[in-house]
Amino acid sequence: MKYLTEFRNGEVAQRIAREIHAITTRHWKIMEVCGGQTHSIIKNGIDQMLPSGPTASVEMIHGPGCPVCVTPLELIDKALAIAAQPGVIFCSFGDMLRVPGTDSDLFQVKGAGGDVRIVYSPLDAVDLAARNPDKQVVFFGVGFETTAPANAMSVHVAKRRGLKNFSLLVSHVLVPPAISAILDSPGNQVQAFLLAGHVSSVMGYWEYPPLAEKYKIPLVVTGFEPLDLLDGIRRAVIQLEKGSHEVENAYERIVTFEGNQHAQKLLAEVFEVTDRAWRGIGVIPNSGWRLAPAYQEFDAEARFQIQGIHTVESALCRAGDVLRGAIKPAECAAFGKQCTPRHPLGATMVSSEGACAAYFNYGRFLSVDELATAGSALSNA
Amino acid sequence: MPEIDKLATPDFSNWSCPLPLADYPTIVMGHGGGGKLGNELVEHLFLPAFRNPALENLGDAAVLSLTGKDGGSGRIAMSTDSFVVQPLFFPGGSIGELAVNGTVNDLAVSGAIPKYLSASFILEEGFPLAQLAAIVESMAAAANTAGVQIVTGDTKVVERGHGDGCYINTAGIGVLRDGINVGPHLAKPGDAILVSGTIGDHGMAIMSVREGLEFESQIRSDCAALNGLIDAVLTAAGPSVHAMRDPTRGGLSSTLNEIANSSNVGVHIDEARVPVLTEVQSACELLGLDPVYVANEGKAVFFVAPEAADLVLATLRDHPLGRNAALIGHVTSQHRGMLVARTIMGSNRVIAPQIGEQLPRIC
Repeated sequence: MKYLTEFRNGEVAQRIAREIHAITTRHWKIMEVCGGQTHSIIKNGIDQMLPSGPTASVEMIHGPGCPVCVTPLELIDKALAIAAQPGVIFCSFGDMLRVPGTDSDLFQVKGAGGDVRIVYSPLDAVDLAARNPDKQVVFFGVGFETTAPANAMSVHVAKRRGLKNFSLLVSHVLVPPAISAILDSPGNQVQAFLLAGHVSSVMGYWEYPPLAEKYKIPLVVTGFEPLDLLDGIRRAVIQLEKGSHEVENAYERIVTFEGNQHAQKLLAEVFEVTDRAWRGIGVIPNSGWRLAPAYQEFDAEARFQIQGIHTVESALCRAGDVLRGAIKPAECAAFGKQCTPRHPLGATMVSSEGACAAYFNYGRFLSVDELATAGSALSNA
Repeated sequence: MPEIDKLATPDFSNWSCPLPLADYPTIVMGHGGGGKLGNELVEHLFLPAFRNPALENLGDAAVLSLTGKDGGSGRIAMSTDSFVVQPLFFPGGSIGELAVNGTVNDLAVSGAIPKYLSASFILEEGFPLAQLAAIVESMAAAANTAGVQIVTGDTKVVERGHGDGCYINTAGIGVLRDGINVGPHLAKPGDAILVSGTIGDHGMAIMSVREGLEFESQIRSDCAALNGLIDAVLTAAGPSVHAMRDPTRGGLSSTLNEIANSSNVGVHIDEARVPVLTEVQSACELLGLDPVYVANEGKAVFFVAPEAADLVLATLRDHPLGRNAALIGHVTSQHRGMLVARTIMGSNRVIAPQIGEQLPRIC
């Protein structure tokens, strides 16, 4: 697979970075929407390669695109309550297991005897349901437009196979309403967006021209490899400097304008748009999907009727400010102190896509200078 | 290396159990009961596979000699490890090979010459004897390759549903060499850091056959005994070697973080120099894993005085298990206790110790 080297070429990266330096004449703030992009930026130190002078700079603001992070606490508590019930096989993607609910997480439920399983595809959970007719199999279907088609397929298949013991605990969220919400917020500083490459591979980018027009803001569909990200940033800066506001596709090898039509058709059949609460952000109108009436029987929330959930968010956690791009993770007083990956206060410190986890794991509590000295000392050693 | 008893390698490829074991094609509770059935397992399976004088006495304890030319300084090293891997057989190895090589490697990276192992089996009622025989055969072959003897052991059987087929514990002792002093606390600023080959092979080989995640790949576990490779390095550059580790669970990251901590030094590696097979890198990308956190079972990391780096690298590359060895970094007196990597982009990042399991991500 050539992409492993081709899109990680350090020399080409330096060349694009130099070009960004050359064209930047003012201070720009660009948000990458997706948590996968945040991790790649921090892991590869791409933010360190961007201009940061007194008169011209490009600052990356990390967006809310981490599915694990924005899943409401109440839904996590419901998941924990369902998973703890006897006769339930609770299936989830791996990185949901460590996300803290109010009192517990799925690992603890598993340790206490709950049948919690990591699956790699929602269809595996459907097979589990077929093999275990005396059990209730629940799949925790969270995420953005990227994970939605597979989750939609799971209920579609379960319905076709007539499975009565499969259900979906669903909390899907959508990117375009989140972008509108960020741009409408009074303190917004974001001047351009890198759109999430994987989301766009499913949805295309036909939804975005009206947004670009309404908010007069450049939107660039961007991938995840270092060169993808640098190219996305470069194109956004070119637009910002010119004062234009187009939707551009910098991830052409994956994304088309129309997106995956089959997936979109399935999504329209299985889901309907609804208001969604985003953890740390609040309710955003029309920002998510729930099961459409034809698939209501597969709704785990309806099937299990969990009552008496009292959610308590950590008073210290500022995940909401991080997800809105209002602060950088290390600016939170609890970062690296009360809140670490071992004892996370919020989901942003847990998920492999969470911005706080990225900052912690890649050492962004150190100053850039400290890291740089460490490196140069070494090459001299 | 001790003389290996050539009788100790029966062929189990078409193994079938002589009577009366054939009455029981699977493990039954009685195999762990300390009576006749258990004795038969020892006589028909374990003894022929592992045969050596110390084991043949079938006493409660093996009586061993560590004097003479093998005795070295008279200091011995001891280690133990338990093996619960699933699946029991995987591309490139089995739980049996892991159980032997794991303990051999723990002794070897401590600077010891591995000599004797114990082997304890916890078997689940219903476990097929043919599979146990295949595991025992692979252990005998691994012990033979590593030049160690399995001199004592034990078998317990747990009720069906209370185990996962077969668990193995091995313990081992080895003799320490004169004039060699290695340990995770002995890395020094300026030391060169070398790895004996590509990382992440074992963990991804296991992942590729794990239930629910099967993907087609050519990835094979690197499971191997490292005592020969380490012997070559210590013979060539003994006193210059300060620390050695086999980066098993938690991968290269855990090993380097541990040594950074124990020695109170900074560890700096160059990401581009860390050898990773393309298949392993691709599989990691697919699952959202980082190869530096993925387990190895046949790799060693060496911290050596800078002037010995070239010699150690050449020695490693001369050995069949070290063909892909590489110099990956250096020890510094800065950022003590931390592992920092120079990224392929030329920036620096911390590689933090892993918390818990590495979990495949959502998307």
